[in-house]
Amino acid sequence: MNNRITSLFQSKKKNILSVYFTAGYPALDDTTTIISELDKNGVDLIEIGIPFSDPLADGPIIQQSGQKAIHNGMTISYLFNELKDTRNHTKIPLILMGYLNPILQFGVKAFCETCSRIGIDGLIIPDLPPDYYKLHFQDLFKEHNLCNIMLITPQTDDDRIKEIDSLSSGFIYMVSTNSITGANKTLEQQLPYFERVAKMKLKNPTLVGFGIHDRQTYQIATKYSNGAIIGSAFIKALKKSNLLDKPISDFVGRVGR
Amino acid sequence: MSTFKISKDGFYGEYGGAFIPEMLHHNIKELQENYLQIINSESFQQEFATLLQDYVGRPTPLYFSQNLSEHYQTNIYLKREDLNHTGAHKINNTIGQILLAKQLGKKHIIAETGAGQHGVATATACALANMPCTIFMGEVDIKRQAPNVKKMELLGAKVVTAMSGSKTLKDATNEAIRAWINDPVETHYIIGSVVGPHPYPDMVAQFQSVISKEIKEQLKSKTGKENPDYIIACVGGGSNAIGAFYHFIDNGFTKLIAVEAAGLGLDSGKTAASITLGKKGIIHGSMTYLMQTDDGQIVEPHSISAGLDYPGVGPVHAYLNDTGKAAVTSVTDHEAMKAALFLSKTEGIIPALESAHALAYLEKIKFKPQEIVIINLSGRGDKDMATYQNYLENE
Repeated sequence: MNNRITSLFQSKKKNILSVYFTAGYPALDDTTTIISELDKNGVDLIEIGIPFSDPLADGPIIQQSGQKAIHNGMTISYLFNELKDTRNHTKIPLILMGYLNPILQFGVKAFCETCSRIGIDGLIIPDLPPDYYKLHFQDLFKEHNLCNIMLITPQTDDDRIKEIDSLSSGFIYMVSTNSITGANKTLEQQLPYFERVAKMKLKNPTLVGFGIHDRQTYQIATKYSNGAIIGSAFIKALKKSNLLDKPISDFVGRVGR
Repeated sequence: MSTFKISKDGFYGEYGGAFIPEMLHHNIKELQENYLQIINSESFQQEFATLLQDYVGRPTPLYFSQNLSEHYQTNIYLKREDLNHTGAHKINNTIGQILLAKQLGKKHIIAETGAGQHGVATATACALANMPCTIFMGEVDIKRQAPNVKKMELLGAKVVTAMSGSKTLKDATNEAIRAWINDPVETHYIIGSVVGPHPYPDMVAQFQSVISKEIKEQLKSKTGKENPDYIIACVGGGSNAIGAFYHFIDNGFTKLIAVEAAGLGLDSGKTAASITLGKKGIIHGSMTYLMQTDDGQIVEPHSISAGLDYPGVGPVHAYLNDTGKAAVTSVTDHEAMKAALFLSKTEGIIPALESAHALAYLEKIKFKPQEIVIINLSGRGDKDMATYQNYLENE
């Protein structure tokens, strides 16, 4: 079955730009506007964050955007409703990224079915461990043509990277440093890690995320990978304005599009 | 040893596990692969036992409470965990974990705290082991537990204000986990209860199991019987309760009663009764019961006792509840307070408000005259003076 993420990586091997934002932030109904602005400005992939009260892997910027979004009334049901006609307007690959608990409460089966129906292409669930994925999620993801995008970090050893590669589809999310999102550790020091993973010749492409915030960091991150992911820095740019078109085009421009 | 065990992946039935982001995998795996070998080694066991005896002050007495027994027309014993160094059972765990951290070659300790009891116990163990430590505490808790903040600082700990989320215990735990992600090699995280990803629930339970080991020996020498009819303990995360239950689970005789904090009442919306009211889900890396909205957002609980003010519960208690191996019940702030004042006046023991929840259960059922009932008196009430005072003024 064709999947928009898989197709993207088949046609484009380098300099892929993926942007993350939190659904329901700055305002409850901004989701579709942000998607179309990102699409218009040449972003390749979009990760829509489902806000969670206790996001363990996230730094202050994503935490606060999530808290605001929950306060604004964002829920999985609301988000699905907001996105139900999105595929009439855009072909850009869409990923949902969220913690496991809200998905469990929604119901895993119903969640996967709805994702597939409204045109979601992949999922990133950072606190879903590989073993549990195999037992309870893999068949549903396959049935609904959803890519399972898993994380690796500088601490992940080669054997585990291979295991994660075998369970992943779409791409592998390479966390750049030992940190939570939005941290500013030096990326240059991570080049040996990026190179080590590149030499492993994984079946999946790789995108580097965490700590990418401008053209320079984007270029370091993409030296050995297929592209990079920007989250906190993008959300920070949105924070400053309620008019979304200019900050979004300015931001994407600053990264080099 | 109890027949009671976790699976190799750290599950009690469907509860527990390690639902953690990949950034924590290295830290958790290191613990999973090493904890049993370290804590079962003879040298560890010996050092741990010596410190528990000479530093913590164990064994704690199993005290036959004449006055309570007469009042309730049965045989009531209090397991005096309140007499431990630092005033509660928490130190059993922090001493165990600091020895483990040393064995793992760690250089720095982090911990979360709500009321400050686990923070003080951690800072104490770190002072003893000469290890620097950072304690994360919610901004709200720092304000309402100022004396414990001062104690931790006096013991040499750095107290960091957790500003995220609701700025209480669950957020302090989130901040500690985030700090651990940022320094996975040199830092050990001392979790304060039987919560968090595997192996913490099992490891902390093993360190606390000394409580039931002693009860068994002490009861035998006092009454000739090893097994009491009842053991009653309060449950927030559940570390004192599992410690008191551990060696009696599956004996087919002892009724294990876990008392949750109902707060202002089960239907008040201001409660911390996670098993009674919560739904299954994931909190701090563990599958268990938790207080949450229909959308899966974790909600802030309420209890008059800060130590029970946690929206989740240790996975072992979720399992004991579902399998009927323990009975879960709850008492309100008011009932706990009444029981605390009663114990103070009848026995001359001012209990921690957490432990008062276990005492309040004595009002709930009629025990037989020949039965033996053990209450785990997990902590002393010194830390709660402001709450006591406040309550008495408003009565």
